[in-house]
Amino acid sequence: MIGIIDYSLGNIQNVKNALDELGYPSLFSSDYEVLKACDTILLPGVGHFGHAMAHIETSGLKPTLLKLAESKPLIGICLGMQLLFERSTEGNANGLGLLPGDIVRMETEHPVPHLGWNTLSSRSPVLDGKDVYFIHSYIATRTDTVIATSEYGIDIPAVVKKGHITGIQFHPEKSGRAGLEILRQAIEGGI
Amino acid sequence: MIKKRIIPCLDVTEGRVVKGINFVGLRDIGDPVELATRYNEAGADELVFLDISKTQKGHDLMLDVIRNTAETLFIPLTIGGGISSVSDIRDLLNAGADKVSINSAAIKNPQLIEEASRMFGSQCICVAVDVKYDAEAGEYFVHTHGGSVKTEIPAFEWIAQCESLGAGELLITSIDHDGVKEGFDIDFLAKANESVQIPIIASGGAGNPEHFVELFNDTDVSAGLAASIFHNEEVEIEDLKQKLKASDIEVRII
Repeated sequence: MIGIIDYSLGNIQNVKNALDELGYPSLFSSDYEVLKACDTILLPGVGHFGHAMAHIETSGLKPTLLKLAESKPLIGICLGMQLLFERSTEGNANGLGLLPGDIVRMETEHPVPHLGWNTLSSRSPVLDGKDVYFIHSYIATRTDTVIATSEYGIDIPAVVKKGHITGIQFHPEKSGRAGLEILRQAIEGGI
Repeated sequence: MIKKRIIPCLDVTEGRVVKGINFVGLRDIGDPVELATRYNEAGADELVFLDISKTQKGHDLMLDVIRNTAETLFIPLTIGGGISSVSDIRDLLNAGADKVSINSAAIKNPQLIEEASRMFGSQCICVAVDVKYDAEAGEYFVHTHGGSVKTEIPAFEWIAQCESLGAGELLITSIDHDGVKEGFDIDFLAKANESVQIPIIASGGAGNPEHFVELFNDTDVSAGLAASIFHNEEVEIEDLKQKLKASDIEVRII
């Protein structure tokens, strides 16, 4: 069972649709006891870092997430990936601090947001060369957790991984067949 | 590097796709989900559904269309048409839309762009801008109501305002070129693209693959949108992508 964190921000149904398509049973919850029984935790999210963290803090979800992250595979997608880091300049807020590094606004000569399909570069054959759909204006500062990037005038950290914590900056649930396969591999621990 | 996007646009009314769709081999050429699936398989990078329903029931049916499409379609979906408030946007996003495209409502109330982008994030707020050249004044003006009503707002001024209010993307339609199939409005699009930092989707004028080659060679816009040439199978998306690739334009080939 995959527990999708429900924190009332943005559309989380599309992630569930992707899991349905892949054949993984999943549920929405913000309750520790429910999520504790799941095999993998998925943290989706779109929107504003500061607003999201404010909601996570006031709803009491933060200790739940930190406790789950001690032992369970946790996958953050898009904003959910950014929330895994220490801080963001978007709203000047602290994140969950599960991954080292900060989130900052991207500086590139190209249009911002970085919006559209871009190619992954990675040592992982599961990721390398795949075209995936990005839509974001902020990026993770580079650390040794980055295992895939995309070129956009700068290297955009696309996938980060530290132990059983995985962050995906793009939207695997919106990246066609290639994206679904990456999501499957992330769940199976294959990336 | 980021790929140039090819985006088919489907007109939906009362939950059904309308306007000259000639696909052979489809059970039901009015079914949005079936058409969306077909475009997905053909390699479309994104889809736009334009809700042209005149009734509340029609707009409500759109939510079902989005839900059903999002269950089977794993590429981005943008919804435009009839959006007038933050609550409309919330309903569409919750149903499964990835982006919304606001047009007349943004002109009537520019604060809607600001409010919506603050609430849901700039990344899902696209502003559709219909522009037309006024030969007498020697400049482009924004039009509303499908291009039929002229405003006194200069196009470049509005585009800059949309960006500063928080729009994450612009969908620019050149009314003079729309439906003529003689190519995009390259001059305007190139200038518009230089004047803002957010991505631009170009619309209006595509008649053949060369028009897309010209668009991406002569401007830095991010995407090209078209409707009838895809629906009538005058241009196949697979062929179009191959032609773009052969012209050294980076596209996603599936």
